[in-house]
Amino acid sequence: MNNSVLKQVLKPALLLAAFALVGVLLLDTVNRYTLQRIEANERNALMRQLMQVVDKNSHDNDLLHDSAVLPGKLFHSSSDVTIYRARKQGRPSAAIFVTTTDKGYKGSIQIVIGIRMDRSISGVRVVRHNETPGLGDKMELQKSPWVLDFDNTSLQQPALSQWAVKRDGGYFDQFTGATITPRAIVGAVRDVLLWSNEDNHLLSVFSLPTTVGNPSEASDRAVKAEMENAQ
Amino acid sequence: MSQASYRKITQEGLWNNNPGLVQLLGLCPLMAVTTNVVNGLGLGLATILTLVASSTTISFARHFITPEIRLPVFVLIIAAVVTAIELLMHAFFFELYHILGIFIPLIVTNCIIIGRAEAFAAKHTPPKAFWDALMMGTGFALVLLILGGMREVLANGTLFDHAHLMFGESARGLAIHLFEDDKGFLLAALPPGAFIGLGLLLAIKNWIDAQQVQRRKAGKTATTATLPVTSVSTE
Ligand SMILES: Cc1cc2nc3c(=O)[nH]c(=O)nc-3n(C[C@H](O)[C@H](O)[C@H](O)COP(=O)(O)O)c2cc1C
Repeated sequence: MNNSVLKQVLKPALLLAAFALVGVLLLDTVNRYTLQRIEANERNALMRQLMQVVDKNSHDNDLLHDSAVLPGKLFHSSSDVTIYRARKQGRPSAAIFVTTTDKGYKGSIQIVIGIRMDRSISGVRVVRHNETPGLGDKMELQKSPWVLDFDNTSLQQPALSQWAVKRDGGYFDQFTGATITPRAIVGAVRDVLLWSNEDNHLLSVFSLPTTVGNPSEASDRAVKAEMENAQ
Repeated sequence: MSQASYRKITQEGLWNNNPGLVQLLGLCPLMAVTTNVVNGLGLGLATILTLVASSTTISFARHFITPEIRLPVFVLIIAAVVTAIELLMHAFFFELYHILGIFIPLIVTNCIIIGRAEAFAAKHTPPKAFWDALMMGTGFALVLLILGGMREVLANGTLFDHAHLMFGESARGLAIHLFEDDKGFLLAALPPGAFIGLGLLLAIKNWIDAQQVQRRKAGKTATTATLPVTSVSTE
C-alpha cells in the first residue's frame, strides 16, 4: 500500500523533474550561444544612436565606456540621465544626454541629445516612445525631418523664450493635430540645455566618475522597464 | 481520432477551425501587433515556430507524459520553446525583437499553443502533430497578415513598410506606397481599427461559409433530401 502510493507520487514527480532538467539544459545552451551576440546588438544599437547626435570626427574615445549618470530631477527627467562623453585627444568635445520625459501623450519618451562644448546642439533623436502612430510619431526621422530642426540650436539661437512650439508662441513647429508630443520633446531638450548652460556644468560632466557596469546592460534594463510600462 | 487525415488537418487549420477566425484564440497579440504587415508577419512566424516546436516535442514525448503531470509538462515545454525563440530573435532579428517586444514572451499565454498540445499533439504521431501545428500556425499567421495589411493600407497608405527590419536592408524596396502618409485613416491603426477589421474578417468568413452551405443544400435537395451539412467542428 505504502509502496504503491510512493510509486504513484514519485514516478510523475521524477518525470516532471526530468522534463524540467531537459528544459533547463536547452535554455542554458541557447543562452550561451546567443549571449554575446545579444550584447553586441545592444551595444551597436546604442552606438548607432549616439553617433547620430554627435559631429563626425569629433571624438576618438570609446563612448560606450565613457559615461556618467546624474539624477533625473536635475533635468526634469523622469528617470536617471546617462551622459556619454565624447573626447578628442583627451579633451572634451561633446556630451550626449539620454533624458526621459513623461509629458508626452502616452507613456515616456526617451531622447538622446548631443551638446557641443560651446553649448550648441549637435543633434537630437527620439529613441523610444509610445506616441500614436500616424499622429504623434513625426519625431521619428523615418517619418519626418522635424527633429533636425534642433540641429545647431542653443539657448541663444533661438532665445530662451522661443524654446516652445509655435502654438505656445515659440520657434518649433508642432505636428498637425498633435501638439502634446512636440511640446514634451522641446521642453525636455530645453531643460537639458538649461542645465548645461549653468556655470561650468557641462565641463564638470567630464570629471564625473565613469559608470561602473556595462552601459548596454543598463539600456537593456531600461528596455525591460519600458516594456513593463507599456503593458 | 488518430485517423485525422492530412487533408482534414490542413482544412481545419487554415479554414474550418482557424484559430483566429473560428476558435478566436490569441486575440490579444493578434489585435495589438497588427498595425502593419511586417509586424503581423513577425508575430505570425514566431507563433508558427513555437507551435511547431512545442507540438512536435509533446507528440514525441507523449508516452512519457502521464495524465497527472500533463499540464505542467506542456507549460514547461512551451515556456522553454518561447524563451529560446525570444533569445534567438534578440540575437538575430534585433530590430524586430524590439518592435514585437512584449508580445514574444506573451506567446506563452497564447491558448492556441496549449490548446493544440492538449487536443491534438498529445494524441497523435509526431508527423501529424507537426502538420497540425504548421497548419494551425499558418492559419493564425494568415489572419495576422491580412489584418495587418488592411490596417497598414488604410492608416499609412503603405504595404510591407519596414520590411528591412525582418529581411535586411535589401528588402527596403519591398515597401509599396499607395498614397501620401498624411491622408491616412488614423482609426485603422488605433485599437478600434483592430476590432473593426477582425469583425469584418469574421463576417466575410461566415458569409463565404454560409454561401457554401447553401450551395451544398441546393445540390443535395435536388437529389436526396438529407440534412444540411454543419460546418461546426467537433475537435
Ligand atoms: C486617439 C488619439 C490619439 C492621439 N495621440 C496624440 C499623440 O500621440 N500626440 C499628440 O501630441 N496628440 C495626440 N492626440 C491629440 C491630442 O489629444 C490633442 O488634441 C492635440 O495634441 C492638441 O493639438 P492641437 O492643439 O494642435 O489640436 C491624440 C488624440 C486622439 C483622439
